[in-house]
Amino acid sequence: MTALSIRNLTKVYANGFQALKGIDLDVAEGGFYALLGPNGAGKSTTIGIVTSLVNKTAGSVKVFGHDIDQELEQAKACIGLVPQELNFNQFEEVLPIILNQAGYYGVPRKIALERAEFYLRKLDLWDQRELMSQRLSGGMKRRLMIARALVHEPRLLILDEPTAGVDLEIRRSMWKFLREINAQGTTIILTTHYLEEAETLCRNVGIINNGEIIKNTDMKTLLSELDVETFVLMLRQPLQDNSILSPFNGRQTDENTIELDLPRSESLNRIFQQLSANNLEVVSVRTRENPLEALFMGLVGIEETPLAALSEAAGAAR
Amino acid sequence: MKLASYRVAFHTLVHKEIMRIMRIWVQTLVPPAITMTLYFVIFGNLIGSRIGQMGGHSYMEYIVPGLIMLSVITNAYANVVTSFFGAKFGKHIEELLISPVPNWVILWGYVLGGMARSLAIGVIVTIISLFFTRLQVQHWGITISVLILTSILFSLAGFVNAVFAQKFDDISIVPTFVLTPLTYLGGIFYSVQLLPEFWQKVSMLNPILHMVNAFRYGILGVSDIPIATAYSIICIFIVLFYCICLRLLQRGVGLRT
Ligand SMILES: Nc1ncnc2c1ncn2[C@@H]1O[C@H](COP(=O)(O)OP(=O)(O)OP(=O)(O)O)[C@@H](O)[C@H]1O
Ligand SMILES: [Mg+2]
Repeated sequence: MTALSIRNLTKVYANGFQALKGIDLDVAEGGFYALLGPNGAGKSTTIGIVTSLVNKTAGSVKVFGHDIDQELEQAKACIGLVPQELNFNQFEEVLPIILNQAGYYGVPRKIALERAEFYLRKLDLWDQRELMSQRLSGGMKRRLMIARALVHEPRLLILDEPTAGVDLEIRRSMWKFLREINAQGTTIILTTHYLEEAETLCRNVGIINNGEIIKNTDMKTLLSELDVETFVLMLRQPLQDNSILSPFNGRQTDENTIELDLPRSESLNRIFQQLSANNLEVVSVRTRENPLEALFMGLVGIEETPLAALSEAAGAAR
Repeated sequence: MKLASYRVAFHTLVHKEIMRIMRIWVQTLVPPAITMTLYFVIFGNLIGSRIGQMGGHSYMEYIVPGLIMLSVITNAYANVVTSFFGAKFGKHIEELLISPVPNWVILWGYVLGGMARSLAIGVIVTIISLFFTRLQVQHWGITISVLILTSILFSLAGFVNAVFAQKFDDISIVPTFVLTPLTYLGGIFYSVQLLPEFWQKVSMLNPILHMVNAFRYGILGVSDIPIATAYSIICIFIVLFYCICLRLLQRGVGLRT
C-alpha cells in the first residue's frame, strides 16, 4: 500500500506565485523518505497541502488510499505533523499541549495520559511537563512538536526540518528515535537541510527544485550515481613540488593542503603509499563535501547559490 | 471519526477554553465585576435615586437586567474573538486544522467557551447586583433561555470577527464601533418610550434592544416590545451567524493559504 500518493499537484499562491508545478510523488507504507531541496523549492508547500494547511490549486493527494478531497477526516487521522515553524501555544504547559492534540484526534484522556508520558520520556521532556512551553530551549521545543505529532500514533509521520537548530548529540538521539519508530511500522517523510541526515536515515529520496521533482529514487542509487569524491589532505610539511599530484587529478590549495578528486573505485591505500614514497606525511583527511551535497549541486545545477552556503553550513555543523 | 471521537475532541476543546479563561482570570473575570459594581454604585445608587421610577420599577431594578445583558454580550464576543484570533496569531490553530475534528465541533467548542465565560460573568454580576437591590425573577424560563441564546449569538459573532481579523486592532473595531453603541442604545439605561416616536421606530431595528427587553421581561415582567419578536430575532441571527461561521471554516478563510 502507498502511504502517500501525490499526482500532478499544483499550487499557485494568492499573489500568483506558482510554488508547485505539477509534482508526482509516492511513498510506500513503512518507507523512510527524504524530501530535499533548496530554500523555497516547495517542500513546505507540499507538506502543507498534504496536511490541509494549504489549499491545492490542482492535482490529487491520497493518504493510505484516502483522497483528501473525498475523505479528508480519514486522511488527516493517519498523519502526524512536525511543522517547520513552532506552532504550539507559547502560554500553555508542555503536558496540556500533548493532551489537547491527543484529544483532537479522539484519543480518550486516560490513554492520552499514558502516551503523553511515554513520548515525553522518550524525548527527554518529562521533567519539563509542567513548564510553560515558552520557557523551553529551542531543541526542547522541536522535541515537543515531535511528541505532539506522535501522541495519536499516526501511520504517517511528516517532519519538516525537525532537527533545525538542534545540537549534534540531540540530533543523533532524535535519529535513533525516528529509526525506532520507523522500524515499528510508521512511515516517515522528512525534509532537511542537513544532507547527512537524509543519507543516514532515509531509504528513498525525492529532490525538488523550483516546484518540480527533479529526482525520485532510492538513496543507494542516488549515491552510486556519484563517482568522484574530493578528499582534503593536510600535510605535515609544505609541499614543494606539486607535480606528484597530477596522477590523482589533484591540486594544491595552500602550502600544506592538497585536494584530490578520486573515483569511488580508487583504493585509498594506493594513494597513501604514493604519498609516503614521496616523503609526504598526511596529518589529517576529510572529504570536502558530503557526496550527496555534491550530487545535489550537480542536479540542481547551481554553484554559488544559497545551496552552496547551505552545504557549507551542513559541513560546519558536522 | 466516530461520534465517540467527536465527543472527546469536543470535551478537549471546551476544557482548553475554560482553562484559558481561568489562567487569565484577571483579564477575563475581574474587569466586568469591577465595571458593573461601578455602574451599580454610580447609576443605580447615586444618580438612580434622583431619577425615580423607570418602567414602573426603581431605576436600580430597571438597569440590573440590562447590565447583566451588557456583560454577557461583551464577554461572549470578547472571549471567542480573542481566543480564536490568538490561536491564529500564535499559529496553534494549526493543531486543530490538521486534526480530523470536523468544523462544527471546532465551532461549538469555541462557542461553549464564550458561553462559559459570559454566563459565569452573568452570575457574578447578578450576585453583585444583589448587594444593591432585591431581584424577584418573574419568568425563570424566559430569563435563562434569553441569556443562553444571547451568549450563543455573540459567541458566534465573535467567531466571525476572529476569522476575518488579521491584526490585533481588527478584534476591537467591531466591539468599539458596532457592539458598544448598539448595546448602549439598546435600552439598558432607559425605556425606549422616553424617545420621540421616530427614534423609537429606529431603535426597533436594533436587535440588541429586543434581547435586553426580553431579558428584562424575564426578570421584572416589563418590556417595551413583544417577547415573541425578540425570540425570533435572536434565533434568526443565531442561524445566520452559525451558517456564516461554518462556511468560513469550510473555505478556510483567513486560516488556509
Ligand atoms: N503564502 C504564500 N504566498 C505566496 N508565496 C508563498 C507563500 N508561501 C510560500 N510561498 C512561496 O512558495 C515557494 C515555496 O515555499 P516553501 O515554503 O514551500 O519552500 P520550502 O521548500 O519549504 O523552503 P525552505 O527550505 O526554505 O523551508 C517560495 O518561493 C515561497 O516564497
Ligand atoms: Mg520549508
